[in-house]
Amino acid sequence: MADVNRGDRPLSPHLTIYRPQMTSISSILTRITGNALIVATLMIVWWLLAAATGPEYFETANAFVTSWFGDLVLTLSLWAIWYHYLAGLRHLIWDAGRCMDIKSAEKLGWICVIGSVVLTILTIIII
Amino acid sequence: MVQFTLPKNSRITTGKTWPKPTGAKNVRKFSIYRWTPDDGATPRVDTYFVDMDTCGPMVLDALIKIKNEIDPTLSFRRSCREGICGSCAMNIDGINTLACIYGMDEIKGDVKIYPLPHMPVVRDLIPDLTHFYAQHASIMPWLETKTNRPAKEWRQSIEDRAKLDGLYECVMCASCSTACPSYWWNGDKYLGPAALLHAYRWIIDSRDEATGERLDDLEDPFKLYRCHTIMNCTKTCPKGLNPAKAISEIKKMMVERTV
Repeated sequence: MADVNRGDRPLSPHLTIYRPQMTSISSILTRITGNALIVATLMIVWWLLAAATGPEYFETANAFVTSWFGDLVLTLSLWAIWYHYLAGLRHLIWDAGRCMDIKSAEKLGWICVIGSVVLTILTIIII
Repeated sequence: MVQFTLPKNSRITTGKTWPKPTGAKNVRKFSIYRWTPDDGATPRVDTYFVDMDTCGPMVLDALIKIKNEIDPTLSFRRSCREGICGSCAMNIDGINTLACIYGMDEIKGDVKIYPLPHMPVVRDLIPDLTHFYAQHASIMPWLETKTNRPAKEWRQSIEDRAKLDGLYECVMCASCSTACPSYWWNGDKYLGPAALLHAYRWIIDSRDEATGERLDDLEDPFKLYRCHTIMNCTKTCPKGLNPAKAISEIKKMMVERTV
């Protein structure tokens, strides 16, 4: 067996030099939207808790949630839900063993990105 | 574990700029990762200028030209120069590929060359592939049989042989595994696309009689299931193979044998 990592060998660069791919970006976005939604859900839970606690506390929480920042978080969450949902469907298709080639995977990736934006705008218009 | 930044001994500094060739009209700039165990220094990126009018068309041609004419200390692996040995796999222009079959006309602007990502570096563009090879060995890359040896040979129908197409062509260059973020973060336990493609190659071989054992061995939270279908592997494979599809087929077989 070769002598592994003799002489303090450096680790070759990875994230910083690898060119972003359509497939890798759409994959990491699934994870980012999923985790961001957990944080946004905490805000909603806090808002509901405040409503149950009393009118004064609710006033504070409600002011935050309905502020421009709260609106921004909720709008982004809306997009994140749509993206995460579409990406989840993409994973279902993959789990069935379909579309496991680069062309289809990239096409599905674009459907997730564009579809989530379109659905977000539609949701805002309808609601 | 996920570690996004490079360890202290691996941070890259600006290296030497080597002189331009005199009298050349068609010059191209190369930025190449350098590290040697001899001087105790951290890795650096050296700049070279190559006369394209007297250079072959492939990235490997330029590397050999640099080694011959500018800097003989530049180290890299190469052998067959036709994409069959898998030695010259490296990160070129942001993707992993074989230097010998990657044309410089495919690259816009300066040519940036790094070793295969997230690997211990032996020297310059040479990564340590010990662990990668050990993982390949762990999937039993040979025909496992239980029945008595036939008088002549293990036979296979044309249809069953066709199932190995797109799998047996893998040259184990490690481009796919080192392109995979999951392999970067969990390469110690996750087998990576190359080893899993080989695992599948033996799983679906009609002559192999250890399919169950092979699947049992992969039934593990890390070995197989760290694949999240990121598909950098398939996107980068210099031989045009589809490791992501092979992994997906293994996952399907795992489900099929329990339902």
